[in-house]
Amino acid sequence: MMRVVNGLIDWVDARLPVVNAYKKHMSEYYAPKNFNFWYYFGVLSMVVLVNQLLTGIWLTMFYSPSQGFESVEYIMRDVQWGWLIRYMHAVGASAFFAVVYIHMFRGLMYGSYKPPRELVWIFGMLIYVALMAEGFLGYVLPWGNMSYWGAQVIISLAGAIPFDILPFIGPDDAKDIGEALTTWVRGDYLLSTATVNKFFALHVVAIPLVLVALVFLHILALHEVGSNNPDGVEIKQNKDENGIPKDGIPFHPYYTVKDLPGVIIFLMIFAVVIFFFPTGGGYLIEKPNFVAANPLKTPDHIAPVWYYGPYYAMLRATTIEWLGMSSKTWGLIAMGGGIVVLFLLPWLDRHPVKSIRYKGWLSKLLLFVFAADFLMLGYLGTQPATGTAKTLAQIGTVYYFLFFFIGLPLAHRFEKSKPVPERVTGGH
Amino acid sequence: MKKLAVALLFSCLPAFASAAGGHDAELEKAPVNLQDKVSLQNGAKLFVNYCMGCHSLEYLRYGRMGEDLGISDELTLKYLNFTSEKIGDPMKNGMTAENGKDWFGNPPPDLTLAARHRSPDWIYSYLTGFYEDESRPYGYNNHVFPSVGMPHVMAGMQETLSEEEFESNMGDITNFLTYAAEPIAPTRERIGVYVLVFLAILFVPAYLLKKEYWKDVH
Repeated sequence: MMRVVNGLIDWVDARLPVVNAYKKHMSEYYAPKNFNFWYYFGVLSMVVLVNQLLTGIWLTMFYSPSQGFESVEYIMRDVQWGWLIRYMHAVGASAFFAVVYIHMFRGLMYGSYKPPRELVWIFGMLIYVALMAEGFLGYVLPWGNMSYWGAQVIISLAGAIPFDILPFIGPDDAKDIGEALTTWVRGDYLLSTATVNKFFALHVVAIPLVLVALVFLHILALHEVGSNNPDGVEIKQNKDENGIPKDGIPFHPYYTVKDLPGVIIFLMIFAVVIFFFPTGGGYLIEKPNFVAANPLKTPDHIAPVWYYGPYYAMLRATTIEWLGMSSKTWGLIAMGGGIVVLFLLPWLDRHPVKSIRYKGWLSKLLLFVFAADFLMLGYLGTQPATGTAKTLAQIGTVYYFLFFFIGLPLAHRFEKSKPVPERVTGGH
Repeated sequence: MKKLAVALLFSCLPAFASAAGGHDAELEKAPVNLQDKVSLQNGAKLFVNYCMGCHSLEYLRYGRMGEDLGISDELTLKYLNFTSEKIGDPMKNGMTAENGKDWFGNPPPDLTLAARHRSPDWIYSYLTGFYEDESRPYGYNNHVFPSVGMPHVMAGMQETLSEEEFESNMGDITNFLTYAAEPIAPTRERIGVYVLVFLAILFVPAYLLKKEYWKDVH
């Protein structure tokens, strides 16, 4: 029996480098031995991605874009286990963002975007942007009233792009271009079944293809340069006589068996939400989405899902007209800039030290406040922007950009860093 | 750093909790108990007799309701189905949207998902919240839904029954509508317990496997 199996592997390997790939990415991919709690969230992102792909495929078997709302209730009631698949997918969307945000924060803490891992970070950011698009498109598909009005707000942003800052384009032309653009995005003069059909195609085919390709590149780039670790030490600088990093251990079996219990703990938390709090108190599936889309009835309060909160808060925070652009345009710039600035992270951070462990007090303080600021903005984004909430969102937006443009490039000049060790500390 | 981040996460939880639940503060607490078959059956009977002339339950089928509530197909067809011949039909009614608009100003909404769109507490407070108001076309107004278009259909019942009996009936309708909004809910929670127990057991060998392998990492 084993001879047959080995023979088959040899046959394939002579035609496709499977053994080589297995070694390169699993059994001889040397990962630092000191990964901590925060390093589970990469594999968890993968788990959630697979969950979304599988449940998504099954949902497409029963969902119908021309009867979005009705077909979701059909899945919830008449399709065998449809309710479970739908909750896994809907809660999975939020879980995806939760683990990705923590994964990104991990990168921020330990400087995982710094050379030589800039491309790993860039691919990660592209995944994040694709994920935001995917989340939005998917949110529209159940065609509840919040789907409708959320889509209305987001699509109208396309009409708010200030084309008149370009030469030869006047304000009226800009308005025409904006209207043409929103009509093109909707595929109709109003939000309609045409829009849902279009979004369905993008949600189930186009963006998932892009996502999977980007995840592939993200991991390929990571395995080329090797993983960072909580100490920010380059383990490849300390190799033994066989050329194996002294602080590295083979990804398989060490990290596969370490990830397994972590994945199970995650699945338990995921299951608690799916089986006992599937709507997440209105944060995961919002109440207005239990009525069908209705162009004549605006929900009392149009809020984005929590994972867009920070950027929505920035969009609404601006109040001033400046340089001939309206406050709405500035809001759009703040929102877009908030995401673009993350792409620049590897070049904005000028600190000689990678990991927060060995950076000075100022960097620690700035990062801590940034995390608090991001959570605050996220919360404010889901709330009505009035009074104190709006002021807080403005302060939060200003700090967000100061952190990237002043804090990261300059902090090291005002603090004393601790010496970075030669080898990783602590072990497991 | 790790402790800081965890503390930060937890310090935000109360804010989220109050934001999610604070809205229904002024409502009466609905006596929802999805295990109480008697209450659900009474709720179904009252709904079919008092509400369904105007309000459909278009995503719930007669057969599914009977099955979940412990009523045979025969009895369901005989006593609870006034609108169709088939047990597999959805619980619709004969009123068209145009009729509804002519008679009440707005077509009466379908109520299958009302308990999830509003909340069980809202429905209960609404059902018990009618009061006389001569300025309204049908002579009644409502505490939680000012200027409501719906007449007080259960005014007769409220006059003949004691306050306690009436509130109990309204509680049963609320309970029934809570069931209708998510018929799978009790099953979902039951399966959830098994899933968690399974994962907890699976964790043990997974954890031991990890410990065994990592013994030689120093």
